[in-house]
Amino acid sequence: MRPFAYERAEDPAEAAALVAERPDAAFLAGGTNLVDLMKLGVAGPGTLVDVRRLGYDRVEHRDDGGVLIGATVKNSELAGDPGIRRRFPALSRAILAGASGQLRSAATTAGNLLQRTRCVYFQDVTKPCNKREPGSGCPAIGGSHRDLAVLGTSDHCVATYPGDMAVALAALDALVHVRGLDGEARALPLEDLYVLPGDTPHRETVLERGDLITGVELPAAPAGAAMHYRKVRDRWSYAFALVSVAAVLRTAGDGTIDEVRLALGGVAPRPWRARTAESELIGKLPTPENVQAAMGAELAGARPLPDNAFKLDLATDLVGAVLRDLTEPEEDR
Amino acid sequence: MSTTTQRATGAPIVRVDGRAKVTGAAQYAYEYPLENMAYAWPVQSTIAKGRVESIDDSAALARPGVIAVLTPDNVARLQVDVELPLPFLAAAVPDLSLLQSREVAFRGQIVAAVIATSLEAAREGAGAVEVGYEEQAHDAVLRFDDDRAYVPGVVNDFSPGNVERGEADRAFAEAPVRIDATYSTPAEHAVPMEPHSATAAWDGDRLTIYNSDQGPFYSSLPISALFGLDPGQVEIVAEYVGGGFGSKAAPRPPTMLAALAARLVDRPVKVALNRPQSFSLTTYRTPTIQRLRLGAERDGRLAAIVHESVQQSSTLVEYTEQSVSSTRLLYAAPDVRTTARVRRLDVPTPGWLRAPGDAPGVYALESAVDELAVELGMDPIELRVRNEPDADPETGQPFSSRNLVGALREGAARFGWEGRDPAPASRREGNWLVGTGVAAAHYPALVFPSTAQARAEADGGFVVRVGAADIGTGARTVLTQVAADALDVPLERVRVDIGRASIGVAPFAGGSIGTASWSWAVEKACGALLDAVQEHGGVPPEGLEVQADTTEDVGALAEMSRGGYGAQFAEVRVDVDTGQIRVDRMLGVFATGRVLNPRTARSQIVGAMTMGLSMALMEIAEPDPEFGDFANHDLASYHVASNADVRDVDCVFLHEDDKNLNSIGGKGIGEIGIVGAAAAIANAVHHAIGLRVRDLPIRIEDVRPALQDLRVR
Ligand SMILES: Cc1cc2nc3c(=O)[nH]c(=O)nc-3n(C[C@H](O)[C@H](O)[C@H](O)COP(=O)(O)OP(=O)(O)OC[C@H]3O[C@@H](n4cnc5c(N)ncnc54)[C@H](O)[C@@H]3O)c2cc1C
Ligand code: SF4
Repeated sequence: MRPFAYERAEDPAEAAALVAERPDAAFLAGGTNLVDLMKLGVAGPGTLVDVRRLGYDRVEHRDDGGVLIGATVKNSELAGDPGIRRRFPALSRAILAGASGQLRSAATTAGNLLQRTRCVYFQDVTKPCNKREPGSGCPAIGGSHRDLAVLGTSDHCVATYPGDMAVALAALDALVHVRGLDGEARALPLEDLYVLPGDTPHRETVLERGDLITGVELPAAPAGAAMHYRKVRDRWSYAFALVSVAAVLRTAGDGTIDEVRLALGGVAPRPWRARTAESELIGKLPTPENVQAAMGAELAGARPLPDNAFKLDLATDLVGAVLRDLTEPEEDR
Repeated sequence: MSTTTQRATGAPIVRVDGRAKVTGAAQYAYEYPLENMAYAWPVQSTIAKGRVESIDDSAALARPGVIAVLTPDNVARLQVDVELPLPFLAAAVPDLSLLQSREVAFRGQIVAAVIATSLEAAREGAGAVEVGYEEQAHDAVLRFDDDRAYVPGVVNDFSPGNVERGEADRAFAEAPVRIDATYSTPAEHAVPMEPHSATAAWDGDRLTIYNSDQGPFYSSLPISALFGLDPGQVEIVAEYVGGGFGSKAAPRPPTMLAALAARLVDRPVKVALNRPQSFSLTTYRTPTIQRLRLGAERDGRLAAIVHESVQQSSTLVEYTEQSVSSTRLLYAAPDVRTTARVRRLDVPTPGWLRAPGDAPGVYALESAVDELAVELGMDPIELRVRNEPDADPETGQPFSSRNLVGALREGAARFGWEGRDPAPASRREGNWLVGTGVAAAHYPALVFPSTAQARAEADGGFVVRVGAADIGTGARTVLTQVAADALDVPLERVRVDIGRASIGVAPFAGGSIGTASWSWAVEKACGALLDAVQEHGGVPPEGLEVQADTTEDVGALAEMSRGGYGAQFAEVRVDVDTGQIRVDRMLGVFATGRVLNPRTARSQIVGAMTMGLSMALMEIAEPDPEFGDFANHDLASYHVASNADVRDVDCVFLHEDDKNLNSIGGKGIGEIGIVGAAAAIANAVHHAIGLRVRDLPIRIEDVRPALQDLRVR
């Protein structure tokens, strides 16, 4: 283990300055991912700049139905927030479907967004990995890839974004608030935070050095819409998603779809907003056939590998089940 | 002996060491604070086969806190060609012969180690050691038809690799109803809560190791022999052990690393593996590929069984599991051939893991029996009952007792088996497909010689000493109960000391032999002590102490077929949309002789059944052919059942009075709870969806092909 320095920043400017002056510094939040990677030798920051005291620790509900979630709000707090549970139940469910009680009590909003892939090669420094060591190769393609991605991959990397919360946020049209090194604030759609691997899999987000995530903003959920998050995994708790779906659905009186938003987890290097499927479904009934057709279009560009090809049909079936359940009264579920 | 008014054995006594454990007072191997402690961290091979050409330790030695780097050049020379009395101890030697050669036999093997004043410095130093290799092509993949696999002379349970009665292949070919199916089980790891760890300290030529160990006395034998010492010069202390499941039943590399490192730097050294290291430096359950052929008459009577299994071992050690052994005696078929083959690969050495051999072997056998029941259109319980033998079908020996039929019947009644529609995919509850399954369980009941000492104090207290290990099973508690009854005194007057090699000859906590073997010696010592007290006319001021040894008693046991039997039941549901599998309930009924403590016995069985659930649906150490190791090697990616997966797991013990076993009349219950559990679940999955998945674990993608046609509501 390498020695490293620990600094606790008291305000954003100080945090940014600390990171700016030390090129190998990293922000530390709950540490549940970063510290693990340090132990494994995957990450080796010279300085950890603790951002948990910067005042981004509140969930602010707005009168228009939107909400601003602070970057350092604990996952457990966010999941249990009464306003979130009422207005954005899919977000609450997504968080509770992830990790364990202990981890959620330490993990934060921003840290959760930026958690790294669970690809076994990425985590094993004795083996090659393009993401960890650009140019060294991607053993997952010919090796262990059952958990990895089928969409948005490249010949250089097939890693999955493993998280749950961000999948729900993607379906909720979240904006990520970022404070630049120069103090400038900007906001970008959550989907645009992540970049696909292409031939630079070590670049995972659009964030620049010193960019601090300050919070996540959700616009009001569409009036009259129902929402759900469902995760399929290898055991009933404490496992990353094989496939997950966050769905927001509003139907007309005749049952046809007025508005639908779908985001998939466990299948791509980022939370995957299924916009093609969404637009195919508008005006239609959420029947298995229609879902099949819509998801067929969505997954047309998929690049499955031998051991994860099952995720394609699974994603389709899961979307079908979630939409079906959302159109049935709660007590029938 | 006077008659006891209140017997401790048979009562659900709470653990005598429970309080010490939950308050942290119990000391584990890594927790002994010795003066001047140093820490060792292994450097592991990054190739699967070849030779270490060079080791550059200069950068590591330059790091603050680093004391030394242990390499093949400065390591103490060990007597690697030692002879050991017990074959399974001899089998531990090659992996314990650390750094004695420069050959690399598997990826992750220890090729050097850094010793430092702190764990962190040792770890950091290990990362700075540069190792140069001459790499050779490796093969780390097990295949059924690999012609380099061979039939070993004996397998792990001392039985031959190949046993045949009658002409099984011919009888199978002629049988009117036939099942021919191939099953596989993956490599599985024990990963006990307490990782493998050791604290070693030398005092001249005396070595003390505080070791996470299932058998301190046995462990002292290979370690002393390797160092060229007498067994008495090596003390192994294992007072508390946080689980082992077989992986700590013989000393493993971390133990030897601590001893060698301490020798080099002449100060105490601690070693504890982290999880990733545990996957290559401790033993694991071998993967198996098993072909089962069952031939039967139309009325269900088995005419032939051919059970062939191929397993892997390392190039260092021939370890072959007894995966076909239970098949030799579970059913009364006239023509039976059972063959275990082993393929030596460039992989870490596999070893014992709860019910070695029997857990994967009975999974395959009991799946095939279920397939036969379906083929015959016969109830799977009735099929088993129809093939119940009167005597051991392999040896002809009488059973000391056997109540498989009773377990099946009792389980059927309690589980609600009657009225089950045998048609697959016949039960639908909303989005769920529900199925039930049953399987038989068997585990042999063995007993090994042991010694014990019993001491009477003048104040009325008693101290009993036996070289046992309590790996979480409750052995310390049960032995206290046994001693109290044998001495005819209340529990509070008895203290049982265990967990030291120096106490004397005693077998390990493994193979479900521990309690029976230790208890016999304890009872014998206590009986002799009471006689001595009577002879003396009371306890003298300096106390009285006696010894007992059961070697002759064990040797005098009549030849009989001894084993525990059980029936496992499971109900599962499969989500018709996704293929997610949930185990609603499991029930195990066991006929395992006398139950000494229903509380700890239940926890053994329920724990083992839960392990069977994990085996059926989750556990897999994925081989990584390119690198030769396991791709997943932590508990985030190696799944075992979480609380949410374990809903209703229950067990029942049938009353069984067997006078032909051992002094306590118990058959051992450490392993049998996992045997058959995975088969019951797999059979239930088949019943739920109509698709037979023959490769464990059964995962979502395996069951999904059946769902499409079942989805209509
Ligand atoms: C065994 C295990 C199981 C898990 N299972 C799941 C699961 O099923 N689903 C799931 O979604 N997650 C799961 N997780 C992951 C867990 O959710 C994440 O570890 C956690 O959310 C990370 O949050 P943190 O605050 O601890 O981040 P940290 O570890 O502190 O940081 C993570 C990254 O974010 C950066 N960072 C943190 N804050 C900021 C900021 N404000 N601005 C810019 N950068 C920042 C850090 O520099 C670091 O790179 C699991 C984790 C473990 C260990
Ligand atoms: S998939 Fe990506 S993270 Fe995994 S080994 Fe390949 S490059 Fe590395």
